[in-house]
Amino acid sequence: MLKLGIPSPALRQEHRIAMPATPHIRWTQRAPVARTRMRVAALLFGAAAWAMALAEPVEVSIACRCVEGGVNGSEARWLKRVVIPEYVAAAKAQGRDVAVKLREFAGSAEQMSQQLALDFATGQGADLAEFDGFQIPGFVDAGLLKPLDEVAGADANAWEGWSHIPDSAQALVRFRGKRYGVPEQTDVRMIFYRRDRFRAAGLDADHWQPRSWNDILDAARALKRHDPASYPLQIDAGVAMGEATTMQGWLMLLAGTGEELRDAQGRWIVRSPGMLAALDFYKTVYIDEKLGEARTQRLVSGRNRSFTDFQRGKSAILIESNWFYYTAIDPQGDFPIPDRDELVGWAKMPARTPGSAVRGQDFVSVSGGNSFVLNPHSNHPHEAWLLLAFMNSASVLRSYQEYNEHLCVRDDVLPPHSEFLRASGRELLPLTTIRPIDADYEKVSAEIQRMTESVIANKLSPRAAMAEYAAAVKQIVGADKVVALDTSAATGVQAPAIPARTTGADHHAE
Amino acid sequence: MRNSGTFSSRIGVAFMTPAGVLVTLFVVFPFFWIIAVSFTNRSLLGASALHPQLVGLKNYLDLFDPATFWSQGGFGPSLWLTVQFVVFSALCGQVLLGLVLAWISRELSPRAKSLLQGIVMLAWILPDVVVGFAWFAYLDRDAGTLNQLLRGLHVPAADFLIEHPFLTICVFNAWRGAAFSMMLFDAALQSIPPSYLETADVVGASGWQKLRDIVLPLIRGHIVTDLILITMWTFNVFTPFLLTAGGPSFETDILPIYTYRIAFKSFEFGKGAAIGVIVMLINLAFSLVYLRLAQRGLRKKGKAA
Repeated sequence: MLKLGIPSPALRQEHRIAMPATPHIRWTQRAPVARTRMRVAALLFGAAAWAMALAEPVEVSIACRCVEGGVNGSEARWLKRVVIPEYVAAAKAQGRDVAVKLREFAGSAEQMSQQLALDFATGQGADLAEFDGFQIPGFVDAGLLKPLDEVAGADANAWEGWSHIPDSAQALVRFRGKRYGVPEQTDVRMIFYRRDRFRAAGLDADHWQPRSWNDILDAARALKRHDPASYPLQIDAGVAMGEATTMQGWLMLLAGTGEELRDAQGRWIVRSPGMLAALDFYKTVYIDEKLGEARTQRLVSGRNRSFTDFQRGKSAILIESNWFYYTAIDPQGDFPIPDRDELVGWAKMPARTPGSAVRGQDFVSVSGGNSFVLNPHSNHPHEAWLLLAFMNSASVLRSYQEYNEHLCVRDDVLPPHSEFLRASGRELLPLTTIRPIDADYEKVSAEIQRMTESVIANKLSPRAAMAEYAAAVKQIVGADKVVALDTSAATGVQAPAIPARTTGADHHAE
Repeated sequence: MRNSGTFSSRIGVAFMTPAGVLVTLFVVFPFFWIIAVSFTNRSLLGASALHPQLVGLKNYLDLFDPATFWSQGGFGPSLWLTVQFVVFSALCGQVLLGLVLAWISRELSPRAKSLLQGIVMLAWILPDVVVGFAWFAYLDRDAGTLNQLLRGLHVPAADFLIEHPFLTICVFNAWRGAAFSMMLFDAALQSIPPSYLETADVVGASGWQKLRDIVLPLIRGHIVTDLILITMWTFNVFTPFLLTAGGPSFETDILPIYTYRIAFKSFEFGKGAAIGVIVMLINLAFSLVYLRLAQRGLRKKGKAA
């Protein structure tokens, strides 16, 4: 796993790609008559093109997973009220007539990437598209994305913004040494808790900070004792949650056991003590003690339900991205909590036991990133690049912060007001982890979702679910690219940092 | 005569050509294309998208790989679930329900009959999305109409889509498709000369005897046609996706939904095509069995006569 470090301004134009020489055609061999005819034709053609250009502005389009008044509504408002009008005005001032169209997409993140894959494969789609960086390898290998400088020209490497985006954030859009988009924001994951429920159950409602998985379970148990009908804890699992299961649930747990998805040689780990511990944690939460509601996890619209449950106080502990705080339960968000700042606290996700996490850390986080890519089939790739660069310029992004504060990757665009964003970014970015940048990742991630589903639906024991995962991943990546660690002792020699029977998840007697 | 014969066959060819071209383009070509793709690792994402390779039987072997065949959300459970779905929702549900409705409506007054048929037809002609959403809203645990009614009657509410998802899609599919069988059987019943049944009445045959000895043998051909069509449609029906999306935990993961996941969520076209070919072979096998049954019936009838 890579480390998202502190912004470093060192990076400047690391990849300069030579553009292929333009074919140069000479007419000297042609007869003069033919030459004249060609000239006339070229002149006419040029005049026609000029006339058309006069009549029709150059149109570029932006596809976002945002809808005014719906999902990521503030992003849509920013694009419509700031980006588009200001860009059109700026282009006009430079003598270009440009029209920008926004294509709002209201579906889920999975549906959005499905749509983009089909668009790019058929030469359709918007010129600029919002993109989750982890899908870049799969798209690139399939020829659906081209390097930024290949689509937009060398300008893309000379952009001033690169010097303000730390290398760790550029890694989100980089594959085999080339950039495929411009990263805009990153996120961190943490535990959110409702102070009112905590207070009612007699827990520390002001500065709660669990130090181990056991502390989380203990708090959930106390909440459950106080209100036996409630399901106080939600940690994403199962297939319906999609990528949220992998990011918010699985990777947060796995990092806390000190393991990663792949070993140092890049082989996928398909059996390990850490995986078993994470699956046991799910089993404790959803099956053995019913601290969380498995039904929510299994519903088609489960993620929204988990938001509603937290919003209404039906659950009190939710492991989510900081996006949940600044967009979903924002007083103007989709799942508003009017007194959010007083009511909702956050805590760092602890390692399984202190010090047992990756790099010997006590706490973990997982980060992803939102970026925009250029459609390789764009009719106006240079105009599209200019728009992309404009969108990601410091002043325009600062205005985005006024619409919706977030963790922008630019080191000169900090969250202006939110103490939550500043503090969580400061605390969690140094210890966060990111997903493997690997073309097989997406399919493996789907298998992780399937494995956790089997456990929370009580269909399989953690060991059996792990065995199914092993077989499936082997089929995906090939037998030579998987590795199984020793799990013979319930908490084996492979994970010396994990003392046996320290967490409530360790009831598993196999 | 001979001239006009050639002339007419030429005209016949001319008339056939447009249809032939369309059928070749949209049915025959895709058919062989699917078979060809099923032997490749063609996909939309990843390296195999740019350079698909022939992989022989790998897609088929992967599907039937004993290590993953019976896993949660695997091919085995999906296949078995689909067979049950066809038996319960298509054969027991649609065909039987259609036959019963047609049999009942025979006795009704013309006005009641058209009312009954109108209601049943409505379930059939509504668009999938509308029906899917209506059922979803009807069955929801917290705000569903059915549970509101149950609560009103002081019956405990039930979580149909999560706790009984398979039963739900079976009932749904039976409800949705019974109209076709009803119409077909209604037409078939009308083709039976009334005198047969009147004669049976005279000798005092019971309703069941009339059905078994007169009606069923006479409409055997219709039944076989109905069985073939209904089985194939149910094998390929995707609408339950709108209710359950194949979940929860793959409990309604019938083959069309499984195929969709492989081909259009993971974008593995090769493997998806292989499933398509297998489904086609299964449908072919079903059709052959039905046709054989029908022929045996005809032969028996021939001997008896």
